[in-house]
Amino acid sequence: MSALQCEILVAGSASKGEALVLTAPISFWGGVDPKTGKIADVRHPQHGLTISGKVLCLPGTIGSSSASAVLMELVHNGHAPAALILHEPDAILLLGLIVAHEMGWQTPIAVKLDRQCFDAFRNRRIEVSGNGVVSTIA
Amino acid sequence: MSLQLSDAERKIAAGSDGQAMAMRIVIDSARLLGAPRLIPVASAHIDGALYHGDSGTLFAEKLVEGGAKVAVRSTLNVGALDLMGCSRVRLEEPARGMARRMMDAYRKLGCEQSWTCAPYQAGHRPALGSDVAWGESNAVVFCNSVLGARTNRYGDFLDIACAITGRAADYGLHRPENRRATLVFDVSALPAAFLTSEIAWPVLGSLYGREVGNAVGVVTGISKHPGEDALKAFGAAAASSGAVGLFHIAGVTPEAPDLAAVLGGEVPETTINVTPQMAFDTQRRLSTAVAASSIDAVAIGSPHLSLSEFEALERLIAGRRLKVPVYACTGRHVLSELEKTGQRKALEACGVVIVADTCVVVTPILPELRDGILMTNSGKFAQYAPGNTGYAVLYGSLADCVESAILGKPRLTEIAS
Repeated sequence: MSALQCEILVAGSASKGEALVLTAPISFWGGVDPKTGKIADVRHPQHGLTISGKVLCLPGTIGSSSASAVLMELVHNGHAPAALILHEPDAILLLGLIVAHEMGWQTPIAVKLDRQCFDAFRNRRIEVSGNGVVSTIA
Repeated sequence: MSLQLSDAERKIAAGSDGQAMAMRIVIDSARLLGAPRLIPVASAHIDGALYHGDSGTLFAEKLVEGGAKVAVRSTLNVGALDLMGCSRVRLEEPARGMARRMMDAYRKLGCEQSWTCAPYQAGHRPALGSDVAWGESNAVVFCNSVLGARTNRYGDFLDIACAITGRAADYGLHRPENRRATLVFDVSALPAAFLTSEIAWPVLGSLYGREVGNAVGVVTGISKHPGEDALKAFGAAAASSGAVGLFHIAGVTPEAPDLAAVLGGEVPETTINVTPQMAFDTQRRLSTAVAASSIDAVAIGSPHLSLSEFEALERLIAGRRLKVPVYACTGRHVLSELEKTGQRKALEACGVVIVADTCVVVTPILPELRDGILMTNSGKFAQYAPGNTGYAVLYGSLADCVESAILGKPRLTEIAS
């Protein structure tokens, strides 16, 4: 796969990690454990996996307006994803990164990419550069 | 279309204090939303003071250290502790101390210590047509729909940032063209006996939220104003089963004098004709413990109980002793009235546990039980209790909740829907 230039939603540091492609939308509040980054929603297809350190590919987000608090908590305790790739911008979720950045904590980059592209990332390692270029590296 | 800022807004954002940080948060989120400009807001209701982890406490304390203060009237939603000491919260240290520090920080920012999810019944009622920045889904939907003030759903951290800057993004429900109904939810086929029953509004709200998602709809077929507590229950249920931010009821809510007006003279994209079967199925789905032979507790007050709801509770208990506790969640605005009149003592003597400043689904208050069963008359409690408390839920009217609490086992009166 060639490198894809994506729109940067929230700037952050370049990073590499294993892709975790979610197959259903997720509510961060109630759906992700803020202490560990584990997917806690028992009805979610990726229940039990962790988003911590992964390049997290989100087809969509649902639910509570406290999603920002959960994402910021993960940034603060070192269990945030390495990078976020969103099918569509979610202002409530991404606010967690905006505020964490204001707190002076190192935040993952968040970029926008059509979810049609997510399939090629499954079981691969992904690199997201600081200028929003997404590529598979292994 | 890029965000246009005034010189004053740009100057504030370039600073290094708490107000500057708040302004940058408002600006960054406005850019993400694609808003053209910021608009002034007249008040805020802050949901961000509920403890989810240490980072939220550190954020609020950083604003305090930076000398930030709210620029507009700002009430506080529930916290994780019952500061009035009515009920015992089982939150252990160090989380307890961090939750307390968080509540203190929001007080220092100048927020009113209202600690309620029903600020609109605690004297915070913005004017029709005014722009405000409110958090907490039920408060947002009541503010938009029943008061006719204009707000989007402001999430944690953005709510306080709007309060400090007095600004919000010009977007979504702040814009009149987005407040018009595009969908009709017609309940005229439901029997009057159901529509006038207490469970009608939470049940219909739950159905409405699931059917409508985040569209703006108008309910038709309601002949008279059902009362504010009924609209409170409808909105809370709708905003927990769906992403409802604004509803209209033709002939009842302020932006819907009649159907044609709220549709803006256009043909609705969808009409949902609610059948008795749909209402019945929705009511059944609110319960997760249908074949229960006993109950462990009753919880009411999501949103927080009003004084008249407490009066109904007192009438139904009628001085009898409860076999299992009724957890009655409310704000200090109601608690002070209950204390003045002696109602608090009378209710507690019967076995009611009053929960103030917080509620049983956001912080651990209910005893830790395996296979516990909780009965409620709240569509919102029914939605969140299984995930947040581990209790299975049985849904019923307030009268049935009270009789069940007296017996220690479910009593459910059939209401033909």
